[in-house]
Amino acid sequence: MTVVFQRTKGLTEKPYHYCPGCTHGIIHRLVGEVLEELGVLGKAIGVAPVGCSVLAYDYFNCDMHEAAHGRAPAVATGVKRVLPDHVVFTYQGDGDLASIGTAEVIHAAHRGEKITTIFVNNAIYGMTGGQMAPTTLIGQKSTTSPYGREVSHSGMPLKISEMMATIAGAVFVERVSVDTPANIRKAKKVIKKAFEVQLEGKGFGIVEVLSTCPTNWGMTPTESLKWLQDNMMPYYPLGNFRTPEEVK
Amino acid sequence: MAKILMKGNEALGAAAIKAGCKYFFGYPITPQNELPEYMSREMPKNGGVFLQAESELAAINMVYGAAGTGARVMTSSSSPGVALKQEGISYIAGAQLPCVIVNISRGGPGLGGIQPSQADYFQSTRGGGNGDYRLLVYAPATLQEAVDLVMEAFEAADFYRNPVMVLGDGMIGQMMEPVEFKEPTKRELPPKDWATTGTDMKRSPNIINSLSLDAAELERMNINLKEKYDLMEKNEVRYEIFNMENAELVMVSYGTTSRIVKNAIAALKKEGINVGLIRPITLYPFPNKAFDEIPDTVKSLLSVEMSMGQMIDDIKIASNGRWPVDFYGRSGGMIPKPDDIVAKVKEIIGGAK
Repeated sequence: MTVVFQRTKGLTEKPYHYCPGCTHGIIHRLVGEVLEELGVLGKAIGVAPVGCSVLAYDYFNCDMHEAAHGRAPAVATGVKRVLPDHVVFTYQGDGDLASIGTAEVIHAAHRGEKITTIFVNNAIYGMTGGQMAPTTLIGQKSTTSPYGREVSHSGMPLKISEMMATIAGAVFVERVSVDTPANIRKAKKVIKKAFEVQLEGKGFGIVEVLSTCPTNWGMTPTESLKWLQDNMMPYYPLGNFRTPEEVK
Repeated sequence: MAKILMKGNEALGAAAIKAGCKYFFGYPITPQNELPEYMSREMPKNGGVFLQAESELAAINMVYGAAGTGARVMTSSSSPGVALKQEGISYIAGAQLPCVIVNISRGGPGLGGIQPSQADYFQSTRGGGNGDYRLLVYAPATLQEAVDLVMEAFEAADFYRNPVMVLGDGMIGQMMEPVEFKEPTKRELPPKDWATTGTDMKRSPNIINSLSLDAAELERMNINLKEKYDLMEKNEVRYEIFNMENAELVMVSYGTTSRIVKNAIAALKKEGINVGLIRPITLYPFPNKAFDEIPDTVKSLLSVEMSMGQMIDDIKIASNGRWPVDFYGRSGGMIPKPDDIVAKVKEIIGGAK
């Protein structure tokens, strides 16, 4: 019998705790597959966030470090400065990276830390029950924006990739989505490039992954995919914002 | 070995490097700036890494990351910056990682002042961060002691897998004294097989973590931590007893304040008044047993601190009701004067003999 698909060695066998329709499952798989295919699992060290993926340290099959909320890029900096030949990555949600951890990710990029950040953007705080995030869209309702996000009160949603691309040390910045099989395949290629940038010692890489949160958006998984396409993609356009010549 | 005249902040850095510290993450704050500056010059020369972080918060998280890989790592700051580090310190303690944190304390609360104070006693010994953890806290009184204790701190941190704090004050950081860098006393240390060094596909992943959603498991983690602290209380207490014979009052003081207290003791002795000193060198674990050595001649205790009296509680606990505990202190960066301490002692015991 031919094996046409199996779980990547980049993931452990622990069953996920994620909600039905959550895109963390897909994104974890892509990262695991990339690490395996690049042959770097044995020297990979991941830093987990606080958020739905706080338990990522149980799912990735490499040494893992649980960070405080938002601090993963600083923790990763500490690891990479001690072990420059290892592959160090952070995996963070939008509450983690775009709110409490914005200083840490900007400064890690600014210093050109040779780490890779996987930024999962679902425009909401998932784990804590659906509060507004800096990435929540205008008019989008959440438990702390019950009347819908208003510009005059909370400002416009934060475009992380565009912002990171202005930082010289952030040599690889790209936004992808995992809403369709085609986009998932593209996302994997981009994630691979981001890790290659680290392996070549070029600098900081970040991949922003547009994701769904059916539970807190109050929709079915398929409705969420449509909501992402109709609402998130126009505001958060997919594409590459920065790439070093060598990886193009 | 020859003694070198050094500034406190720099001596602390030199001691750390001598103890095998290879990674320093810091941030500018008065009055400890000479320490990160020294490390920025010397770390690269010693095969180490210096990095100025974007904040004290980022620095302690870098320490957390580096400590997780098994490295000997240090950070330093002063009171308001140490306040920022509390989150990271709690995570480091919870994840059972070693590191050394230097606090060159200044007046507070809030932005406070840049002059010396001892107003971080609560912050150092009563947590500061969340949860059931303690720091092993060393309080040097001289630069030689500071240098020796920094070296001890790295050994103790590795031994207990716990953050260790070296608490100085602005005077310790800024003054110059001759110091000698002796070989640090080495402890028998187990291998760091818990460190995140990459699995090499030869072992299962190591996970550095302080989270447990399972209450029973988290309780076990806390019991493990408590066992470490019980061991610290049993084995790590350090203190100095000074002029205790026939003393009628005992002052309790630590750090540079204790040196001023010794001046006051000398002045009182000239007037025929015998006053002793208990000088805690570890603030946690507090030297309770020193109080069992107090002779029957002693009628009262006097805490002398550069604060509003943060050590009084520990003295009362150690006294267990045996003596009244009084307090003399200066705050905000004001330094106590020997004459004023003498006057306070006389006020308590009722005049010269």
